[in-house]
Amino acid sequence: MSVDEDTVKRIAKLARLALDEGQAAAMKDELNALIAWVEQLQEVNVEGIPPMTSVVAQRLKMRDDEVTDGGYPDDLMKNAPLSEKHFFVVPKVVE
Amino acid sequence: MALTSDPLELTIAEARDALKAKAISARELAEAHVRAIDGARVLNAFITETPDRALSSAADSDARIMRGEARALEGIPIAIKDLFCTKGVRTTAASRILDGFVPTYESTVTQNLWNAGAVLLGKTNLDEFAMGSSNETSYFGPAINPWRARRKNDDLVPGGSSGGSATAVAARLALAAIGTDTGGSIRQPAAMTGTVGLKPTYGRCSRWGIVAYASSLDQAGPMTRTVKDAAIMLRAMASVDPKDSTSVDAPVPDYEKELESGLSGLRVGIPKEYRVEGAPPEIEALWEKGAEWLKAQGAQLIEVSLPHTKYALAAYYVVAPAEASSNLARYDGVRYGYRAPETDELLELYEKTRAEGFGREVRRRIMIGTYVLSAGYYDAYYLQAQKVRTLIARDFSQAFESCDALLTPATPCPAFALGAKTADPVSMYLNDVFTVTVNLAGLPGLSVPAGLSTEGLPLGLQVIGKAFDEATVLKIGRAIERAAHFSHAPQPWWKMR
Repeated sequence: MSVDEDTVKRIAKLARLALDEGQAAAMKDELNALIAWVEQLQEVNVEGIPPMTSVVAQRLKMRDDEVTDGGYPDDLMKNAPLSEKHFFVVPKVVE
Repeated sequence: MALTSDPLELTIAEARDALKAKAISARELAEAHVRAIDGARVLNAFITETPDRALSSAADSDARIMRGEARALEGIPIAIKDLFCTKGVRTTAASRILDGFVPTYESTVTQNLWNAGAVLLGKTNLDEFAMGSSNETSYFGPAINPWRARRKNDDLVPGGSSGGSATAVAARLALAAIGTDTGGSIRQPAAMTGTVGLKPTYGRCSRWGIVAYASSLDQAGPMTRTVKDAAIMLRAMASVDPKDSTSVDAPVPDYEKELESGLSGLRVGIPKEYRVEGAPPEIEALWEKGAEWLKAQGAQLIEVSLPHTKYALAAYYVVAPAEASSNLARYDGVRYGYRAPETDELLELYEKTRAEGFGREVRRRIMIGTYVLSAGYYDAYYLQAQKVRTLIARDFSQAFESCDALLTPATPCPAFALGAKTADPVSMYLNDVFTVTVNLAGLPGLSVPAGLSTEGLPLGLQVIGKAFDEATVLKIGRAIERAAHFSHAPQPWWKMR
């Protein structure tokens, strides 16, 4: 399989990465080289083999469903590029 | 008792004894390292230095030592890969996108180390988001290997992604450093800098507070100058943690105690698939020598087969970017870090922030990860890779039916020149050919310096163990260390500038 420039642009959109025309062409070549390389996985016979879900044989831990953390809004806002009171500020979304 | 040797040349074990005997103070030890870091900026090992904190923590340690309350790592100055969140200390992941980020919380592994009395010297350089094998993708420029080839002055890479940590330990800028290993990022730079690097079993150390790359593969571990020091560090780092549901509630043994107990009765497997075509003959020669060393110390050698080894790198470069594309979705320019200026629409803000904030290799991995997870390709790539991963893990369980640990080379080549492999991603990825299988199977792996290449550069051997059997891995590593007598150190050319 290989990707064309439109697919690259669609993937960039999904990944929320701005890509100009020149970058899309370069990225297409880079992705195709990598896709061609990982293509070798197709030759492995995986019939009846389950996909890996956990490398360590361990049951998922359970805990009581209760609040154990929080209550420090100042800390949460401390690194915001732009904030007002305890709100993150972004460009206007609703007209 | 007075200290007769250079404090920078101490191992952790020796420093611990010297501090206890009051032959040196924690303050003197910290000062010596702060000065060494000051004189080694050309190596670019650190992104952020914390000399003031180092000196004040050292003073606290001295007070504790005086009171007879020294803890396991009291007064030991160490460096931390800048992928661990450290409260009040800038954390970058070597990326522009975390511009200005100062965590308001502390990672569990680093908290464990401070609770044991360790002293922070600074945050070390790395490949951006730990994505790389040479430290060259760092937004802050590459770290430089303190080693140089014989009679040559070319700058070499220290390996990656924990390149700054490896550089700091090899150049005697810290007694130990902490790294993370997703596909070889502790073991490969350790091998390329003549240091010891341990990737523990997945789940041995908490991942909480470590900037995530590929969560099913990431694991924190120590980088030191001796196997014993790695044993001391791992014990202090490891813990079960309610904040990481994948951390495992298994007893953490006193690894140091078991180090010298000998190899008699141990069966060490030699996986035949690790003989790769085109690898320099010195790599295979060292491997054979390593096997002889273990045999001479009482181990029984067994040839084993890990038939799916050749597919490991390709499986990794599907699984790891897939997880990365998901993990890195959080960087949106809204809650922390870099934000693109002058955007007047939310989607544009996300897209520009991410395009400007992430470097080229990170963007490439986000793209490939998004692609293999996207509708229509998920089964062909992601699901297929996860099935191959099951086969790779099974290879190891089958091999471990007839042996207790495995011996392999650590890297396919010694340290290489800056820029030598940046043009072709796949040639860079091949650096991890011997280490990546271990991450896919969640096992512990240790890289130990074992010899020099014909050019005089360090080469490492890797010991791979059963899950949670770091004790055996360290014991075998110690046996290699004992036989190899690796006492080489880089010539300190950076001090002469």
